[in-house]
Amino acid sequence: MSTKLSNAQIAWRAAQDIEDGAYVNLGIGFPEMVAKFQPPGKQAIFHTENGVLNFGEAPVEGEEDWDLINAGKKAITLRPGAAFFHHADSFGMVRGGHLDVAILGTYEVAENGDLANWSTGPRGVPAVGGAMDLVHGAKRVAVITDHVTKDGRPKLVKRCALPLTGVGCVTRVYTSLAVLDIEDERFVLREKLPTMSVAELQAVTGAELVLPDQIGDLVAPEL
Amino acid sequence: MDKTVPDLATAVAGIEDGMVVMVGGFGGSGAPIELIHALIDRFKATGSPKNLTVVNNNAGNGRIGIAAMIDAGMVGKMICSFPRSADPRAFTEKYLAGEIGLELVPQGTLAERIRAAGAGIPAFYTPASYGTDVAKGKPVAEFDGKHYVQERWLKADVAILKAELADTLGNLTYRKAARNFSPLMAAAAAKTIVQATKIVQPGEIDPEHVVTPGIFVDAIVEVSDPKQEEALMRAGVAYA
Repeated sequence: MSTKLSNAQIAWRAAQDIEDGAYVNLGIGFPEMVAKFQPPGKQAIFHTENGVLNFGEAPVEGEEDWDLINAGKKAITLRPGAAFFHHADSFGMVRGGHLDVAILGTYEVAENGDLANWSTGPRGVPAVGGAMDLVHGAKRVAVITDHVTKDGRPKLVKRCALPLTGVGCVTRVYTSLAVLDIEDERFVLREKLPTMSVAELQAVTGAELVLPDQIGDLVAPEL
Repeated sequence: MDKTVPDLATAVAGIEDGMVVMVGGFGGSGAPIELIHALIDRFKATGSPKNLTVVNNNAGNGRIGIAAMIDAGMVGKMICSFPRSADPRAFTEKYLAGEIGLELVPQGTLAERIRAAGAGIPAFYTPASYGTDVAKGKPVAEFDGKHYVQERWLKADVAILKAELADTLGNLTYRKAARNFSPLMAAAAAKTIVQATKIVQPGEIDPEHVVTPGIFVDAIVEVSDPKQEEALMRAGVAYA
């Protein structure tokens, strides 16, 4: 077993917690991968901000219909029972508490549930898209992320240093090393790689871990 | 009543300098390319309309559509949620040179501000952006223990939209995800101009299937084989 989960394995782990029939929004990029790993017998219904419910796989190359895209502007297909709606209805679904799960990527997530995933600072052209809406309203807001940045700094922190997307909004974090819940403004460790000690995990985490009696093994298949 | 106009040039003739123009579409899906290009043609021929404020989710892609408007120098400001794209050069170059303004609005807030304008609601509260830089300077309030940011309606002088079917009274249907912001913009603009792939007689669209009722629509022009922005992008087309 490698020393950390791949992105596909993190996405696989997040997918295991999605219930059959759940309404789910997957953020642009890495989170889109979660759709590939739905467990057999569990069929989520995927929502995209630009007004589609119940979309499916990407079409085969050459058969794209560019009026049928997701929020990442990628071509999609429809499953039976899909629906189109306008943008105000779409974000009504988001803010109105109708989505069961939103899964997002991040730059930083803090122990108080604050999320920073839209801006790395004042350089260049700012762009926010739907991120600031998506973090409010879904019954569960989960983050999938590498546990540390490319240069090894913790992405799970006491307080976010980067511009916030939302305050106190994240409920669960799936990383390359662990699964954690955010409860009472603390990271509660639920699962960790069996090859890693709690002390090793704490050393790469920027906030104190709460250790319940039961900590599961984070194990994902080779993907 | 017949809201049909004979051609694209007539459809965009009333758009004047300094107006707020809502442009339908999300990325290439629903972008009214022919109406946009007709507006660019008029600007190139007459120098007008200039200094437009354009409202769209994005800020153009490649060298066509809104990006071509920006390239042409007709746009003074963008109001959008995501001014990035596969090829964002047109906006990025002008923005970094300080030659174009930007009001960045979270996507759901943008949609709701437009909806509110069309519905006569001057302001509303949303949880989106509370506690972030985007909410700086805006009134906040607490309702049932949660914090919200006050946002204002967003009106426009003109909306230019793409529909699939229109009847001569302006009732509209859209094609797939090309609907996105267009029904909201139709209601929020003082004048709504629509390019439709097919114009039919009243009664030919089942009232159960009308998405935008004709009360929100002022002018319709038929563009029977409309270009799709993403397809143009991928073909490397530039409108210059």
